[in-house]
Amino acid sequence: MRIATRTAAITVLLLLGGVIVALIQGSIPAFREFGWGFLTAEKWNPATEKFGALAPIYGTLVTSFIAMLIGIPVSLGIAIFITELCPRSLKRPISTAIELLAGIPSIIYGIWGLFVLAPFLQAYVQPFLISLFAPVPVLSSLFSGPPYGIGIFTAGIILSIMVLPYITSVTRDVFETVPPVLKESAYGLGCTTWEVVRQVVLPYTQTGVIGGVMLGLGRALGETMAVTFVIGNAHKIAASLLAPGTTISAAIANEFTEADGDLYTSSLIALGLLLFVITFIVLAGARLLLLRLQKRAGT
Amino acid sequence: MALNSAMYRRRRFGNVVVMAFAWVAAASGLMILALILGTLLFRGFSGLSLAVFTEMTPPPGSAGGLLNAIYGSVMMTLLGTAIGTPIGMLAGTYMAEYGRGSWLASIVRFINDVLLSAPSIVIGLFVYEIMVVHMGHFSAWAGGVALSLLVLPVVVRTTEDMLLLVPNGLREAASALGSPRWLTIVQVAYRAARAGMITGVLLAIARITGETAPLLFTALNNQFMSSNMNAPMANLPVVIFQFALSPYADWQKLAWTGALIITLAVLALNVGARSLSQSRTND
Repeated sequence: MRIATRTAAITVLLLLGGVIVALIQGSIPAFREFGWGFLTAEKWNPATEKFGALAPIYGTLVTSFIAMLIGIPVSLGIAIFITELCPRSLKRPISTAIELLAGIPSIIYGIWGLFVLAPFLQAYVQPFLISLFAPVPVLSSLFSGPPYGIGIFTAGIILSIMVLPYITSVTRDVFETVPPVLKESAYGLGCTTWEVVRQVVLPYTQTGVIGGVMLGLGRALGETMAVTFVIGNAHKIAASLLAPGTTISAAIANEFTEADGDLYTSSLIALGLLLFVITFIVLAGARLLLLRLQKRAGT
Repeated sequence: MALNSAMYRRRRFGNVVVMAFAWVAAASGLMILALILGTLLFRGFSGLSLAVFTEMTPPPGSAGGLLNAIYGSVMMTLLGTAIGTPIGMLAGTYMAEYGRGSWLASIVRFINDVLLSAPSIVIGLFVYEIMVVHMGHFSAWAGGVALSLLVLPVVVRTTEDMLLLVPNGLREAASALGSPRWLTIVQVAYRAARAGMITGVLLAIARITGETAPLLFTALNNQFMSSNMNAPMANLPVVIFQFALSPYADWQKLAWTGALIITLAVLALNVGARSLSQSRTND
């Protein structure tokens, strides 16, 4: 039994090694052909076999950024609501409902985003944003052009919904660990609820909240199907957030089965390797940050 | 003496703004869940009929069902679970029992976390490289293996966590009675951790039931009923993907029905796992 379990543990180890080796092996032709230019070129043309990863990388980073920009405050808001404002009897049903959002498969978000959210954004939200920011210098170019409905912006919104339950449930759990005495003494000094949250709860739960955010970010970076439905799949970097774009995962999902030619396939695998590296860096970065924060809190 | 009323009002105003935001955030979270489930029921329920479960995916313009897709999904989910669960449980057992605190356990834990958060599409690419390329064709075997790689890290994680929760006194008591290590693990530790370990497996199944990305280029899709595991096989998520993006109204309708079925299955698994772990904590 000892040997069997040890073998299984080593199998897990080898699998990850296998993933990395297979991805590197598959992407060698692309990197040999394009070199570092693969990372900085925007052109993606299967006909002439010229491939550059800049547009998908840009799309992945920007959609995840939008998702975090919306997702973090809303998740914190929900966590504050559940721990500080909500009547006791509603705590559990509301937490469960939010967690059910995490259970819904990503393809459901995709089909819902395409048929419900995108038309809604196109008809109401995007025209409003365009006219709202028209006089503001930088924002006017970010929110310009015709409201397509699908695009980077819509993908960011869908992702923000998908990361909500992850960040919320972690934040709520760590908020619950704050000793009541700490909060009560702050209230006793006359603090408002918001002041208690900002000065007592958040500093106390810092590491846990960051962990939750990183969990959400990891999901946003790698999310495939929901994004594929609503991003529009254009290998372009447009100035406007409302324009269609692409992400690493969406490009792979859309093109891989149709890719003919070794260079095309290899370029897509190279994209996969990049995605893996990006998520790995985020995870490792979060680990390091948490370790340092814990050390500082310990001494 | 009057309080510094300007500052007091500012503090109170700030509080009201943030609390109002928290209310709105919670309300919109619930509203989005209701909206998604409502849309699914509204657009998918009308298409739900016996034919969905008895007929195969149709060509555009004719009637049909999702039988082959449901069959394929069930087969590949079973295969993925059957491969991923035993390996995951054994590895988790090593980390919590034999190798507790060893360097191998801590490395595997880190690697497992990386696998757990690896984008599922990357797993699909990996299986494509090692299986589809060498076999020369897409197959249900490859799809099942891809899914098993998603099951594995979840099971490893929960098995280890649950076994670590088992009090050492139980193990020592069993050892004192003369039970060898393996018997202690099987008879004592596994029993104490059973509910948690089953929850982990259920959550893993829920995770792969709706998973689409890794199947796109492993199992591919199939218009016809096929029980040949060595050939491309239809599956619900990929059929939904293909049908939803098609221009045909009847295909889109089937996609919604499939989406409803998948969501109900996944939510049922989630609720089942949740109630299992809750009945455990209430003991």
